[in-house]
Amino acid sequence: MKNSVILGALTVAGFMAGAAQAATLDDVKARGSLKCGSNSGLTGFAAPNANGEWEGFDVAVCRAVAAAVLGDPQAVEFVPTTPKTRFTALASGEVDILSRNTTWTLTRDVDLKFTFVGVNYYDGQGFIVPKALGVSSAKELDGATVCIQTGTTTELNLADFFRVNNISYEPVPIETNAEAQQQYLAGACDTYTTDASGLAATRASFEAPGDHVILPEIISKEPLGPLVRHGDDEWADIVRWTLNALIAAEEFGITSTNIAELSNGTDNPEINRILGTEGTMGEMLGLDAEWAKRAIMAEGNYGEIFEKNIGESTPIGLARGLNAQYKDGGLQYAPPFR
Amino acid sequence: MATMTDPEGGTFRPSMLLYDSRYRSATIQIVALIGFLLLIGWLVNNTVQNLADLGKSVGFGFLGERAGYDINQRLLEYSSNDSHLRASLLGLLNTLLVAVAGCALATIVGVVVGVLRLSSNWLVARIMTVYVEMFRNVPVLLWIVLSMAILIETLPPPSAYRGDEPAANMIVGESIALTNRGIYVPEPLFGRMDEDGGFVSWRHGLGDVSLFGDASLRFDVSLDLIAILATLVAGLLVSGLIRKRADRIQNATGLRPRTWYWRWGVVLIPLVLLLWVLGFYLGKPALQGFNFQGGTHLRNSFIALWLALSFYTAAFIAEIVRGGILAISHGQTEAAAALGLRQRRIMSLVVLPQALRVIIPPLISQYLNLTKNSSLAIAVGYMDLTGTLMGITLNQSGRELETVLLTMLIYLLISLSISGAMNIYNNSVKLKER
Repeated sequence: MKNSVILGALTVAGFMAGAAQAATLDDVKARGSLKCGSNSGLTGFAAPNANGEWEGFDVAVCRAVAAAVLGDPQAVEFVPTTPKTRFTALASGEVDILSRNTTWTLTRDVDLKFTFVGVNYYDGQGFIVPKALGVSSAKELDGATVCIQTGTTTELNLADFFRVNNISYEPVPIETNAEAQQQYLAGACDTYTTDASGLAATRASFEAPGDHVILPEIISKEPLGPLVRHGDDEWADIVRWTLNALIAAEEFGITSTNIAELSNGTDNPEINRILGTEGTMGEMLGLDAEWAKRAIMAEGNYGEIFEKNIGESTPIGLARGLNAQYKDGGLQYAPPFR
Repeated sequence: MATMTDPEGGTFRPSMLLYDSRYRSATIQIVALIGFLLLIGWLVNNTVQNLADLGKSVGFGFLGERAGYDINQRLLEYSSNDSHLRASLLGLLNTLLVAVAGCALATIVGVVVGVLRLSSNWLVARIMTVYVEMFRNVPVLLWIVLSMAILIETLPPPSAYRGDEPAANMIVGESIALTNRGIYVPEPLFGRMDEDGGFVSWRHGLGDVSLFGDASLRFDVSLDLIAILATLVAGLLVSGLIRKRADRIQNATGLRPRTWYWRWGVVLIPLVLLLWVLGFYLGKPALQGFNFQGGTHLRNSFIALWLALSFYTAAFIAEIVRGGILAISHGQTEAAAALGLRQRRIMSLVVLPQALRVIIPPLISQYLNLTKNSSLAIAVGYMDLTGTLMGITLNQSGRELETVLLTMLIYLLISLSISGAMNIYNNSVKLKER
């Protein structure tokens, strides 16, 4: 009896002590797999396919990091998280990286002690309504019942939007996207609000997507990106530059098809530095020379990942918009590899 | 022999703490207590230290910050500009509401089912057995989710009530609307002041008194409600006096005067008069815009949680009641029957009062279970304490440790209050030993 009490106390203490670790890179290498906090299911961004393998726009970031660090894009252990559990999962060390359409805000960055390594999708909060409702603007939603995922920034934006416009609403808090979809389709709420990309993804999985419209108002800025814990800058650098490598690869025309050819050496020194044929970028990050090459080979460059998972050729059909390369009038801009 | 006759006031030596049986048990207990406190202190210290290493400090200042989110079911007035503390208070009230309503319904259903399980009618007894086994052996979370799914999928949306030939109609004289967003029932209202502050007629409500100004814990007290309760209590007291007088007359003369019309009258007539003076009327819900407006909105989430928790717990209570009844000697029933009491009166006058002594202690734990199970509310989006303080507030402020500890403390206090109150009741019905 006494023994079990002491053992229990030691376990608790050990768990608490484990939370304050550093050197995530060493842990990941020792484990042989990357633990990635993902969405519990959002078509196009993170969802298991028919074979049970996770795929999607956010999933691709984790696969690229795993390829860069471990050399195997499949060496990822996905931990599905809800909006409520995601930060606890990251803060407690349950996952090494959270790549789960999470909005970069000051509070999360500073107060929750996380490091956002970049933005992989520039988004904004929108509303979806059935066409039959006859609503053409979010400001006509006075008195409407609104389904909302609880534990998100959208919850706060929604409260602010309705208060500022001096109209009333009835919030229906919901845990996951799937439940929201069920309630929305049953008519238990007039409208469902979340990031516009999420709405497009959700609408794509409806039986009759054409019967629903996404209202023109985008009521917030939602820069979504992967994040890691504070306190391990080396690990944050690896994730940040893996994401930058994907974006830069699109800028310089490095694709999964021509990458083998390009890595024999090119006239462009920046491409050479990215692909590791020139310079010691990999060494600086604590990785080998071909880290970025493997990351790009995992799922293609940023543009390829976008097109394959959520682009206009997919049922989700999102345009590049803000997420085009800066050269094409978008916001995606990777700092120089130098 | 000599050691046993040592005088009490003999010199005390420290070794006696260990070797003298008079002191030994106290010594061991004190050492164990110190060890236990050290262990707790070490755990707390360890936690604080590790949080500090992570750059997080422990503090409850976040409770005073602006919450920023809305709550649909509000028992008190609340807006997103209020503090996290007030949001938590609203969550707590929602928890208490579903706990109280749940305990009440669970008790009624449980007692009825428990008694019916012992019915001599084979079909009734078997049906009740099926009910008990079905509810008792499936996790309550599934019942909650199932009730919610049934409400959402089977009832019509508010839009079905629209148009010249609507697909759905309000029931009970166009006053109750069943929708998949909840049930809208008429709400009690009182005559109100007009916009200039003058009264529309001389019959009007008394209004509210606001307590605690702008503090987070502020609330309004309805004077109308207090007046109604006071009238009701006074009426019941007078009615009790009339009954006592009837008892006295019956004891003295053997004849009981007919008093039922008096007893109803003193309760009902003042109440009806008061309601008339206050300008009481029922506000019916009406379809307006996207939703029904007016009336009281019983949300799906509340109904699903309430029904699921009640029927689940009622299955356990039914077993407790059945056990309590079976614990009463059959001779009591036969003796009562020999006196000519009917079946129903035997149950209510002889068996149940005695069975209560066996029933109440386990019933307390069922009430506690129901209250604690209400924390599953978030599964259907009911904004209880776990949904506000330990849900959105935790998520927006990132204070896991503080919010979880605070929530645990609150549930502990609720549970201790319930068992305290039930223990008082238990003491009042248990066998009085003289």
